[in-house]
Amino acid sequence: MSRFRDALVAAMTLFVGRLARPRESRGRIVAAGPTDPLAELAVLGLLGLASAAAVAFVVLYAVGESTQYLGLSLGLSLLFVGAALVVTGRRLVATEELEEDYPPAGHVDDQRRVEQILEESGDRLTRRRLFKLGLLGTGGALGLALLTPALSLGPFFQTRYYLGTPWRRGRRLVDENGRPWRADDIERDDFYTAFPESANEEELGSPLVLVRLAPRNLRLPPKLKGYDAGGIVAYSKICTHAGCAIAMYRAPLFLPSEPRPALVCPCHYSTFDPAAGGTVLFGPAGRPLPMLPIEVDARGFLRAKGNFDGPVGPSWWGVRMSRANP
Amino acid sequence: MIARLVRWLDARSGTAPFVRKSLRYLFPDHWSFLLGEVALYAFIVLVATGIYLTLFFVDSTAQVVYHGPYVPLRGQHMSEAYRSVLNISTTVKAGLLIRQTHHWAANVFVAAIVLHLFRVFFTGAYRKPRELTYVIGVTMLGLTLFEAYLGYSLADDLLSGMGLAIGWSVGMSIPFVGANLMSLLFHGPFPGQASLWPRMYVAHVFLLPALIGTLLALHITLVVLRHHTQFRRRRETERRIVGVPAWPEQAPRSLGLAFATAGVLFLLGGLVQINPIWLWGPYHTYLATNGAQPDWYLGWLIGGLRLVPGFDVVIDGYTLVPNPFWGGVLFPTVVFGFVILWPWIERRLVGDDAFHNILDRPRDAPLRTAVGVGVVSWVFIVFVAGSSDRADVLFGLSYTAQIWFYRVASFVLPVVAAVVAYRMCGALVAGEWLEEDQKRAEAEARLVHMRRSDALTKS
Repeated sequence: MSRFRDALVAAMTLFVGRLARPRESRGRIVAAGPTDPLAELAVLGLLGLASAAAVAFVVLYAVGESTQYLGLSLGLSLLFVGAALVVTGRRLVATEELEEDYPPAGHVDDQRRVEQILEESGDRLTRRRLFKLGLLGTGGALGLALLTPALSLGPFFQTRYYLGTPWRRGRRLVDENGRPWRADDIERDDFYTAFPESANEEELGSPLVLVRLAPRNLRLPPKLKGYDAGGIVAYSKICTHAGCAIAMYRAPLFLPSEPRPALVCPCHYSTFDPAAGGTVLFGPAGRPLPMLPIEVDARGFLRAKGNFDGPVGPSWWGVRMSRANP
Repeated sequence: MIARLVRWLDARSGTAPFVRKSLRYLFPDHWSFLLGEVALYAFIVLVATGIYLTLFFVDSTAQVVYHGPYVPLRGQHMSEAYRSVLNISTTVKAGLLIRQTHHWAANVFVAAIVLHLFRVFFTGAYRKPRELTYVIGVTMLGLTLFEAYLGYSLADDLLSGMGLAIGWSVGMSIPFVGANLMSLLFHGPFPGQASLWPRMYVAHVFLLPALIGTLLALHITLVVLRHHTQFRRRRETERRIVGVPAWPEQAPRSLGLAFATAGVLFLLGGLVQINPIWLWGPYHTYLATNGAQPDWYLGWLIGGLRLVPGFDVVIDGYTLVPNPFWGGVLFPTVVFGFVILWPWIERRLVGDDAFHNILDRPRDAPLRTAVGVGVVSWVFIVFVAGSSDRADVLFGLSYTAQIWFYRVASFVLPVVAAVVAYRMCGALVAGEWLEEDQKRAEAEARLVHMRRSDALTKS
C-alpha cells in the first residue's frame, strides 16, 4: 500500500509539482531567465502531435495504406519534433550571446619544436639525398606493384573489340522478336528497329534503324552507292556522339523549318541525314552514322551485304584507325 | 543522475574538460550558416534510407522475366537489378516511401552543398586559415555528384541506362587512355559484363559513402578547430568570436533543423513522385526515351554536351579529342579546377595573406563577387541550355535556334553579368556612403538649429 502511495506522490510530483531544488551557491554558468509556461505547453503539445503522427504511421503501415499517407504521417511526426526542439531552443533555454578569443593563429614555440624533433631525428643519416631517392624509388615501385592487380578488372590493353559487330554478308534483318523484316514491311515516313538474326541484341554493333526514302531523294556519297535496297537505308542505331539509341525520326516534315527527314538522338540531339549516308546535320556528333549495306533476297527478306562502312558507337582514340571488323 | 553519469564517463574517458569546452563552443548566429547543416542532415537521411534499400536491392544484370504485380511490365525481359527496384517500389511495404525519400534526399543534399558553397565563396569564408576546409568541401561536392550518378544508374531502368551510356561515352572520349580505362571498368565493351553491377554497387554503397563520410568528419573537425567565421555586426572582431553556445542554445535549434529536414524529405518522399522507374521500363541498348532529363545536378553536364558543335579533333586518323570530352570532361574540370584553386588565385591577384575570421559582404569584395557571378552565370546558362528540348516542346521555340543562342550567350552573358555585378558592388557601397553622409549632415544641421534656437532664447 505504501508503495502505491509512493508511486502516486511521484506521479503527482512529475505532473504538478515543480519542487524548487536547493541552488548551489556557486555562480551560474548558463544565464538565468524567466520561465515561459505557454512555450512549455506548446512544446508538450507538439511532442504529443509528433507521437500521434508516429503512431498513425505504424497503424497505416499495418493496414497497408498508400505511400502518400505513410510519408505524410512520418514526415509530420519528424516535423513536429523539429518544431518542438526549435521552440525549446528559442523560448525555454537561456538565449545569450557570448564572446571569446579565436584560437591563436599559430603555436610558434610548438612549431619550432616539431621542426627540431624532425631535424634532429635524421642526424645520423649521412647520405640523405640518396635516402630520399631510395624512398622515392621504392614508393614508386611498390605503388606500381599495388596497382597492378587492378588490371584484372578488365582487358585494359584490348580495344579491337570496340570495332567488331555481328553483321556479316547474307545475315537477315529481324525485329525485336526475331521475325525477319521483309522489304514490303518498311513503309515511308516510319521508323523501324532491326537486329542481326540470332545475335545478341544488346551488343552496340547490333541494332539498326531502317527507314524508306524515295530513291530519287537519295544523295548517297560515292563510296556508299548501292548500300540502300531500293530506297530502304539501314544505319547503326547507336549515336556516334554518346552511345544513346537514335529513337526519333523527323518525318513527315514541317517544310518551312525542317526541310529534310532526319534521324535524331534524344540525348543531345545529334541529327543525321538518312538520305546522305548518315552525315551530321546538327548537334554534337563528330562522325556520321555508320551505314549498313543491305539488299532484298529472292523471298523478299532484307539481308546485310556486308558490314558497316565505319565503326559503331561513340568516338575514341582509335575509332578512325580501322574499318569495322569483318 | 546526471552528476553520476558525468562522473562515470569522465573517470573512464577523462573527457570532462573536452565536454565542458564543447558544450560552450560558440556558434555565430546567422541563417546562412545553416545551409551546411542541412547538407549534413540530408546525408544522414541518405545513409539511413540507403541502408534500408540495400536490404532489398539485387546488384545483378542477370536477365529475368517479370511476373510481379505491375501489369504493364509483365512478361518483359529485364535485369534482376531493375526487377528488385520495381519490387521495392511495389511489393515492399513502405519501400516506395523509402526509395523516393532517398532520391529526394540526394537532390536536396546536392542543392544544400551548392548553396553552402555559394555562401562560403561570396563571403570569402574560404580564406586563410580555412583553405583546407574549403578544398575538402569542394571535393565532397564532386564525389557526391559521382555518388548520386551511380545511385540512379544502379536501378537499370531505361533512363538510368541512357545516363550510363553517356557516362561511358564521356569516359571513352578521354584522350589516349579513355577506351582502355572504360574497357577496364566495364570489363569489356558497353554495356559491360556481369561484374559491372557489383562494382558500381560497392562503389555506391561503400567506397564513396565511406570516403564522403570521412571527409565530412574532417571538414567539421577543421571547422571546429579554427572556429566559425562571422559577420561584423557589433562586438565581432578578427580576434573575438561572438555567438551562442552549443549547449543549451544551439543544440535544440540544430537538432530541430535536423528533424525538420528529415520531416520535409519524408513528406516529399511520400507526397511528391520522383523517378517513377516503372514508367521508363527496363534498359536495352537499342532503346531510348524522348525528352530524357537527368536529375537537376547533372543538368549543367547535359547542357555542356549539347552545346558543343559537332566535331572530333583528328590528327592523321588518330582521334585526339572525341567530342564528348569538351562538355563532359573539360567543362566540369575547368569549373571544379577554378573553384578549388580560387583561394590561391585571389591571393595572387589581391596580395592578401592575412588571417580572416570576419566575413566580407559580397559588395565589399567586388572582384571576387564579379568573378563568382561570372562563373555561376556561365554554369547556369549551360544548365539552362540543357533544358532547351523541353522549351522546344513546351513553348515551341526552335531547338536549333536556342542552341545557337546559348552557344553565343554562354560566352557573352557571363562577362556581362560579371561587369554588372562589379558595378553593383560599387554602387551599393557608394549608396551606403551617401546615406552616411546624409545622416551626418542631418545631425549637424539639427545641432546647428538647436544651437541657434538656444542662442535666440538666451538673448
